[in-house]
Amino acid sequence: MGIFSSSVSITQYFVEGKLDEPIIETISKGLKKQSIEEIDNESSDKAIGWTCFNDPFNTDFDKNPFLIGTHLVFSMRIDKKSIPAKIVQKHYTLEMKKRLESSGREFLSKTEKKEIKDHVLHLLNLRIPATPNIYDLIWNYEEGRLWFFSNLKGANEELETLFTRSFKLKLIRLFPYSMATLTSPLSDMEKDTIAQLSQTRFTE
Amino acid sequence: MTWLWFSTDTNQDYFKTIDETITTLDIGNRIVLENNVNDTSEIITIKGDDAGLEEGLLSLRKGAVVVEMNLIYKTENQEWKFSIKGESLSFSSLKVPETGPMETKDDVEGLLLEKAYLFEKAIHLINGLFNAFLKLRASVEWDQTVVPAIRKWVLP
Repeated sequence: MGIFSSSVSITQYFVEGKLDEPIIETISKGLKKQSIEEIDNESSDKAIGWTCFNDPFNTDFDKNPFLIGTHLVFSMRIDKKSIPAKIVQKHYTLEMKKRLESSGREFLSKTEKKEIKDHVLHLLNLRIPATPNIYDLIWNYEEGRLWFFSNLKGANEELETLFTRSFKLKLIRLFPYSMATLTSPLSDMEKDTIAQLSQTRFTE
Repeated sequence: MTWLWFSTDTNQDYFKTIDETITTLDIGNRIVLENNVNDTSEIITIKGDDAGLEEGLLSLRKGAVVVEMNLIYKTENQEWKFSIKGESLSFSSLKVPETGPMETKDDVEGLLLEKAYLFEKAIHLINGLFNAFLKLRASVEWDQTVVPAIRKWVLP
């Protein structure tokens, strides 16, 4: 889901830690190191990495600026190949028949069956293009705040892993508990009070 | 979130202390309530542009709490619509006021900054409200003034 969509979802994050100076260069290095790799003609079934926000099928961060005003803006792309189970089953069955005929045997061992399945998946993955999913983010480095434009559990988890691997910073998802302890202006005493409270019932 | 509904219904002026540009903050076209009784959970969803909130109030009377709501945030000439879940405080279906058209590649930067500003307004409002709620929840005022007022609103 993109920043320019008419309707967006946003998950807020707190970015813990500091980057090495010069910051922009450090970020650029992190983006390039973990930029997405094309898997359309590869046997991999999934790829995750950074891509340019204004051109999600381009990973040239030198030509496509990721610093806009005081915001760092880029995207995470997840490319995934999904082969329908029935197609896998069809090719697996055909390949097994071929193997049985050529060997003249009536049964195949467990290892042989696994080998055939892996081979079938490898061949199908080479032939099937990956479906891309693009998720934008805006990172306010000075304030340690990041907005990720998705609420999908899987996408959020992938972001947290990729971000830490790229920049060596911890990304903490902001939800009521983490907001109360990390970003709220409460005093320590108020935080202690909040931690001990239970839900109020309004009908008693 | 029940407190937020109560505040939209009874004390719109309060929101000015969080955001001085606000005109109104109202419940939009969806509200979800949850009632946990004897280890079972009952979910009540009220949705639709013309849906009344009477059934929601009835659920509150039965002990339910608000877990998700769609809100309409208005300033003098702009309007935001979005949904918020109590457990995550994440935004979904966030629609910000109309921005200028993007005609050339050079417009991207300006438009992005404008969009970021508009997202910030809604995020700032919700974070501000949450912080205000926390302050209130940790104070004696919660039990002495707020809870009796909400009970009176739920069971008039």
